[in-house]
Amino acid sequence: MSTEKNPTLVLTDDFAPGEVNFIKVDNFKFFYGKKEALHGINLEIPSRRVTSFIGPSGCGKSTLLRNFNRMNELIPGVRHEGDITIHGTSIFDPSVEIIALRRRIGMVFQKSNPFPMSIYENIVYPLRIAGQNNRFILDETVERCLRSSALWDEVKDRLHESALGLSGGQMQRLCIARAIASKPEILLMDEPCSALDPIATAKVEELIIELKKDFTIIIVTHNMQQASRVSELTAFFYLGNLVEFDETRKIFTNPSKQQTEEYITGRFG
Amino acid sequence: MKSYQQNFFSGSVRKTSFLRLFRNRFLSGLCIALSLLTLVPLFSIVILVIRNGLPLLNLNLFTQLPPAPGLDGGGFGNAILGTLVMVGISLLLSVPLGVLSAIYINEYAPVSAMASAVRFVAKLLTGIPSIICGVFAFAAVVMTSHHFSAIAGGVALAILILPIILLTTEQALLGVSAAHREASFGVGATPFQTIWRIVLPDAMPAIMTGIMLAVSRAAGETAPVLFTALFSQNWIRSVLEPTASLSVLIYNFASLPYAYHIKLAWSASLVLVTLVTLTNILAQVIFSPKHR
Repeated sequence: MSTEKNPTLVLTDDFAPGEVNFIKVDNFKFFYGKKEALHGINLEIPSRRVTSFIGPSGCGKSTLLRNFNRMNELIPGVRHEGDITIHGTSIFDPSVEIIALRRRIGMVFQKSNPFPMSIYENIVYPLRIAGQNNRFILDETVERCLRSSALWDEVKDRLHESALGLSGGQMQRLCIARAIASKPEILLMDEPCSALDPIATAKVEELIIELKKDFTIIIVTHNMQQASRVSELTAFFYLGNLVEFDETRKIFTNPSKQQTEEYITGRFG
Repeated sequence: MKSYQQNFFSGSVRKTSFLRLFRNRFLSGLCIALSLLTLVPLFSIVILVIRNGLPLLNLNLFTQLPPAPGLDGGGFGNAILGTLVMVGISLLLSVPLGVLSAIYINEYAPVSAMASAVRFVAKLLTGIPSIICGVFAFAAVVMTSHHFSAIAGGVALAILILPIILLTTEQALLGVSAAHREASFGVGATPFQTIWRIVLPDAMPAIMTGIMLAVSRAAGETAPVLFTALFSQNWIRSVLEPTASLSVLIYNFASLPYAYHIKLAWSASLVLVTLVTLTNILAQVIFSPKHR
């Protein structure tokens, strides 16, 4: 497919730049066994922005997302070529500890996956596994994360009750709270609203917009309205290639590739 | 006339319904009858054991030693204790081995030659007759130490229940949602932390159920302890000497020509059945999941 010159990002004037090439994907290829799922992706993602990955199922958007925190390495028989750097450091560098990497990069999954523990213990889990057991710090973290995820008022009186008693939307916001507990810089979201009803989705979207002040957010979504609502930048993937990467406004109003236009207008995908 | 009245459902129903209705009722009835039939042996055993075991049941059975042949009175406290000790030894040996192997083959190296080999051997072991476990322990422990002992009995039982514990633990671990593992790895947990803090607590009820299953199996087996722990008329003083067990006591006393000993064997059966049932119920009450 389009291995022609990879699209580069041109920022318009009213786009206040963060660190423009905070995350840099450099000719990145990824293989599940013999199957090549990503064919040499080049991409630069700025910091403190919401970037959305769109594209039909199997296009490689989730695969790329799950490479940023090296979650794909849990699958046997995978390998990669090329490089991904974050703030100038290759995440595949032998000196990078995978544990440390994942602590700096929070991840929210498609299906909310709170642990079968109390709300409180769910949020402090990332701290506890890092050896932090100071009651004061744990309490403070729980309040900070629940306030950040707009869940504090709803659950402050039942912090020590099971997280599995929450509603679907609350569970997903709890997972966001847990993902930011270790104070990461980057937040990866893999279709975070696909299992939520419209009201819960609206709350999570508000939250995403709120969180971009502090985090670099990358969100994979099948919902194009969602991409246009929450993200400033959008990358369109198709069959393992990055077809187009630009400001969301431009992608949705005046895409430069025909494939992109066909996809966002619903003619395929 | 009512029968000529047309309603919404008349028409198609009448012609085919009789055969269908009959077949449906017949098959349902057959299923119910056959499932009731499966309960018959179980309840017969329980009723028989209760009817024969209950008359002699008193506190002395639990605290006193068996009487000499031909005499009345006494109990089988030593056999209860012996069974508990040997089951305890077998658990000490097989639980760490079984649970840790299951963790290894399921969490660390699920698709390795090692894992397939362990799984295969465990499945083979479940099919090994219990008497073979006894023969092996006899050769490996009794012959080398020159003593029948509770240890030898425990080893025989451990071999018997090891595959049960390993395979049920593996099933328990497979039952833990992949999403929880993912969530744990996603916030930077090591494999050990994920297993210790997330996977094991989640799998614990199912693992405990497997262990309890193993306990009831071990407590009820006669063959493995018959010629490893042998039997004893006295209280157990050391795990290095012959030890009485409920199952061997039942086996021995039931074949004696003394009425009182036969009654004791019935009571011992009742106690054994009750012990096994209680452990199962207790396991389910105590280890039922809390946050679910």
